[in-house]
Amino acid sequence: MKTFKLGGVHPEEKKITANKSIEYLPIPARVHIPLAQSLGAPSKLIVEKGEMVRTGQLIARGEAFISSNVHSSVSGKVVKIEDITDASGYRRPAVTIDVEGDEWLETIDRTIYIKSDIQLSREQIIDRIKELGVVGLGGATFPTHVKLAIPTGKKAEILIINGVECEPYLTADHRVMLERAKEIIIGIRILMIALTVDKAFIGIENNKPDAIELLTKLSKKDSTIKVVPLEVKYPQGGEKQLIKAITGKEVPSGKLPIETGCIVNNVGTALAIYEAVQKNKPLIERVVTVTGDSLSNPGNFMVRIGTPVNYLVEKAGGLPSDTGKVINGGPMMGKALTSLDAPVVKGTSGIIIFAQQNSHRVAMHNCIRCSRCITVCPIGLEPVSLVQYSYNELYDKAEKAYIMDCMECGSCQYTCPSGRPLLDFIRLGKNKVGTIIRNRIKN
Amino acid sequence: MSLLTVSGSPHVHARQDVKSIMYGVVIAMIPAILVSLYYFGLDSARVIFISIAACLLFEYLIQKYLLKGPITITDGSALITGVLLAFNVPSNLPTSIIIIGALVSIGIAKMSFGGLGKNPFNPALVGRVFLLISFPVQMTTWPLPVPGFTGIMADAISGPTTLGMLKEGLMAGKTVSEIIASSGFPGYMNDFTGAQGGSLGEVSAAALILGALFMFARKIITWHIPVSYLGSAFAFSVILWWLNPEMYLDPVISMLAGGMLLGVFFMATDMVTSPLTAKGQLVFGIGAGILTITIRNWGAYPEGVSFAILIMNAATPLINNAFKQKRFGSATLKKEIKAIKQTA
Repeated sequence: MKTFKLGGVHPEEKKITANKSIEYLPIPARVHIPLAQSLGAPSKLIVEKGEMVRTGQLIARGEAFISSNVHSSVSGKVVKIEDITDASGYRRPAVTIDVEGDEWLETIDRTIYIKSDIQLSREQIIDRIKELGVVGLGGATFPTHVKLAIPTGKKAEILIINGVECEPYLTADHRVMLERAKEIIIGIRILMIALTVDKAFIGIENNKPDAIELLTKLSKKDSTIKVVPLEVKYPQGGEKQLIKAITGKEVPSGKLPIETGCIVNNVGTALAIYEAVQKNKPLIERVVTVTGDSLSNPGNFMVRIGTPVNYLVEKAGGLPSDTGKVINGGPMMGKALTSLDAPVVKGTSGIIIFAQQNSHRVAMHNCIRCSRCITVCPIGLEPVSLVQYSYNELYDKAEKAYIMDCMECGSCQYTCPSGRPLLDFIRLGKNKVGTIIRNRIKN
Repeated sequence: MSLLTVSGSPHVHARQDVKSIMYGVVIAMIPAILVSLYYFGLDSARVIFISIAACLLFEYLIQKYLLKGPITITDGSALITGVLLAFNVPSNLPTSIIIIGALVSIGIAKMSFGGLGKNPFNPALVGRVFLLISFPVQMTTWPLPVPGFTGIMADAISGPTTLGMLKEGLMAGKTVSEIIASSGFPGYMNDFTGAQGGSLGEVSAAALILGALFMFARKIITWHIPVSYLGSAFAFSVILWWLNPEMYLDPVISMLAGGMLLGVFFMATDMVTSPLTAKGQLVFGIGAGILTITIRNWGAYPEGVSFAILIMNAATPLINNAFKQKRFGSATLKKEIKAIKQTA
């Protein structure tokens, strides 16, 4: 079975919700839709306070090269346009809409009919994806139309679909693969046209045998799409690790995956692309895993973008009394929420509720130089040294030790037997070194 | 609702921590402790107890009164040093000398550098070598084993060890086969079970291997240092033995005799004082293996494991600098540079 070679860890899987079918939640009374929902510049607002909007209507336009369109996920009245605390803990502009009914734009095809023939050309597909605000749903929310615009001089050869879902607890991608497999396959074919590639691989870890079996069956007729079962290992869902696992190629330090001729997209993104291109539906809802050891009704919920987290938690059985921490995303890379009023955005893959006793870090000891952080680093860095450089403000040394290559997967800190906050210091170092590099380029 | 905890990712942690690693090593030393009790009796218990108690006490006193910092004697590391120091001395060593050894191990080799994780040399080995140089007679008077947990200090008959006999015999002009044939020379079986004279923790290969297997299973140690250490020492011994079997010891006895296995599995693998990367660990092991055989054959002392490991401890920072982990994407980068150079 294939996997990446360098580093990696095996956190306890805890896929509590793997067997819970996707449940469509009723629309909440009020949603907050942040204007910055992708990597890059925030989008420009095009609605006003007091205006009535319909479901699927464009409310903010991405104008910069790396930015994306944002649509209303509900119908109703724009009541507020002001800063809210989002999942990252920062205050950012958002449109607050009071929901009235659920009136969709007529241009959107809401039938359940699966439309398999693709009529649009390459350019039309990319335009449609851009127009309908599709971004990477794996977590990084990179605008998909930018990813599909291959820089001149480079050529995409292989499309890789990421169905790895290596984070513990999360099962949203797993359920999407099981319940929307046909649409995902069509989404992959659309992507192959957009990229003009004739080879696609779907990478799935073998803790999801049902998804592997189903997608293998569905792609059997199509010799260009192949499912690749992968050994379970974190962080296999990282682009570089997934490319390595499937093709054996390594993305060079500081370069983009296209250097290897590979483009990676998440399974959820493939579904969103199907809906945008075939059904003309903008990215206004997504599957979110709401889970936790003491949650009474954990599940996978289809929710509208902008739905507050506390509404989701209510539907999953309410906040347990022993709650200590609420995480947006997976337990390895997700962010702890400062407030449950934060809305679900395009990049929200899960909400995990940790009990009080699991919410705190383990006791810290001196570093015993066991070198486990080095062994598990999937980039082959020396976390222990990077921490020393950051702590002692030796940023030139940190840069030469490739601190900027760190993808913040957290394997080092996860594994450190001394419970040292390795990633905290590496993040600090990356921040400082990044500033130094930007200043150097400017001068 | 009570306040939410907010901290940076990752939010989960692996089970293994410093304590489970340290106490895992202690568990791995139990077979060798039992063998020493079996052959050296109460005396062995006395040495182990005094050594542990003195190590813990010195760590406590130094942390409380000199460093005035947190007390960490429960983390298991001073316990390991205590057991290892006991393992490295004869079972009839006077209590006062053990206490001096503990003071050197903990006070000088460990705490003066800042405590756990900061020491460049293995504390137990520093203690042992200090005692060996300061008390050469007491440190090389080995009681012979008396099976059955009955051995006591007063009645124990002392005798030489495998390597001691070899050194003396060769110096007296005897050949290796004559030395092996002489009475009192421990055979393979004695090396294996522990029925021979020697430092109390080193005598039984079986007990040490059992402990090592436990540490491998619990992923406390990796194969790199033990395999490269034993491999290089074995290869070097084979060459010497092949060149002149009357001058050099049979390589298998070489591996089993003296402190070889104790050093390989329990002291060379000390995380704090060995290199960080797998490559560096291989270099460390190979170096220690060659040094051990060199010191044993051409040095003044019959035994070379302690010196070999301490010398490689000293080389560890250099090894860390020279042998880095292979970085992700660096191979492709090299290939690209090569391709660019070829086209240019």
